[in-house]
Order: sequence, then C-alpha cells, then structure tokens
Amino acid sequence: MTIGLVHYLVVAAILFTMGVLGIFLNRKNLIVILMAIELILLAVNINLVAFSAFLNDLVGQVFAMFVLTVAAGEAAIGLAILVIYFRGRGTIAVDDVNRMKG
Amino acid sequence: MIQALAFYLFAFVVVLSGAMTIASRNPVHSVMWLILAFFNAAGLMILVGAEFIAMLLVIVYVGAVAVLFLFVVMMLDIDFAEMRAGVARYFGIGLALAVALAAEVMIAIGAWSTGPIQLARRAAPIDARVPNIQAIGNLLYTRYLFVFEAAGLVLLVAMIGAIVLTHRQRGGVKAQNISRQNARRPQDATRNTRPVVGQGVEL
Repeated sequence: MTIGLVHYLVVAAILFTMGVLGIFLNRKNLIVILMAIELILLAVNINLVAFSAFLNDLVGQVFAMFVLTVAAGEAAIGLAILVIYFRGRGTIAVDDVNRMKG
Repeated sequence: MIQALAFYLFAFVVVLSGAMTIASRNPVHSVMWLILAFFNAAGLMILVGAEFIAMLLVIVYVGAVAVLFLFVVMMLDIDFAEMRAGVARYFGIGLALAVALAAEVMIAIGAWSTGPIQLARRAAPIDARVPNIQAIGNLLYTRYLFVFEAAGLVLLVAMIGAIVLTHRQRGGVKAQNISRQNARRPQDATRNTRPVVGQGVEL
C-alpha cells in the first residue's frame, strides 16, 4: 500500500474543514478563532508541500514558506489587536465588536 | 509499509489534535493541541521529503507563534466558561456547513487528476542528489529573491505594527533623563549666599 497525493489532500481537507468549523463554533472567543485560522493555513501548507513533492516541483515548498511568513505576521498583528481591544473594553467577545458599524 | 504506518499515525493525530483545538474548553489546552497538530504536520512533511518546511514549522510555529498565543491567553483575564455559551447554538449549522464543505472538497479531489504534465514545464524540478535545504536555498536566493525580500518586509511591518499597537506611554513614571542631567550647569544648580550671622538663609 503506497501513500499517494490523494491521502495528503484528504488530510489537508479535513484539517481545513476543522478550521472553518472552529470559526463557527467559537463565535465568541477571538483567540480560538485565530487558532482556527492557523489550522486553515496549516492545511494550505500541507497541500502545497504535498503537491510540490508529488508533482516533483520545488516551488510549492518555497511558497509554503511564504504562507508561513504571512501566517506568523497575521498571528502577531491579530494578537496585538486583541490585546489593545481587551485593554479598552475588558472583553474579547466577537459579538460585542461593533464599534466600526456606521 | 512503515511509511504508510507513519502516515496514518501522523494523519490521525493531526486531525485529532485539530479537532481538540477547536473543541477544548480551556484556551490553554487549545494551544497545547495546536502545538501537537503542528508537530504532526511537520512529521507529515518529513514523510514527503520536505525537511526544511517541517523544521520551519516546528521552529516558527511551536517556538514563536504558539508561545505568543500562550502569552496572550495567560495575560488576559477572561471568563472563558462564559464564552463557550454560544457553542451549542451554532453547533448544528456549523457542522452542516463543515460537512458540506468537506464533501465538496472530497468530490473535487476525487474528480481531479494530475494529467500528463511535461517535465520541461515544471518551474524547478526536484533533483534527488541535492539536499532539500540546499535546493530551496538555491531557488530562494536566485529566482525568488525579491519575493523573499518582500516576505522579510512583511515580517518587519508586522513587528513594527505589533509594537506600535501594544506600546503605551505610562504617566507618572520617574525615568532618568541623561541629556537633561548633562546639560545642567553649576551656576543654574547652585547659589552663593553670604548669610548674616544669626539670620539664616532664605531658601
């Protein structure tokens, strides 16, 4: 039994779905939503690396690195916004975030 | 055989820890499960020969991002039990949407086939004699040099942004001002007086 590309794609698809489900389930908790976004980006990275390996082309791994860079920056900025939001309001519930509503 | 076994082990644990990440009651446990998910994803990537990305995943995610999450979770004083209140309400529609999304992706994977891709059309074919890290370095510092620089710029902007956002000026802190100390002259700081005996000085 050999492990093919489809196996990796299925794992990445399940992980991606987990991330989306996490955003739906934890509608109030911004920290877990950020973690769910990290899961989604991890699934994307698994896809990129799997395609890169099985199609014998290295560019996918290079771009997985760029996705990693963007994910790290996104986590830093997201958590910084979270911290200053908590400092101002004393809560991180997403339902209460309506300050930018017109 | 051993490869298939390792794949199923890593895949099972990564899916399990992904599920526990979104299902844990305590966000600290969520971060721990997230770390486990990243470790096992790194294992999956090692299985296909992408050692550099796997090590990067462990170093960047487990070493930096997960610790950042932990810091923030422990720094904020939040009643997390109250936050779980809406889970039951959104569970049905969330699960329905997730199942629909998963089914769509599975159908897409089932219908997709690689097709006969010509070797000449590949941007950077993998050479088995060159180690993975060396091959990525060769590609990254030549063809993708400017994209690499742009990635560094993204990190710089993220760092500056995070510092600017979270930095706050505290009032009422007594700090040493060295330039003011150095600019102070004896004639500004001292005063010669000739007090009359018995009268004292006016300060």
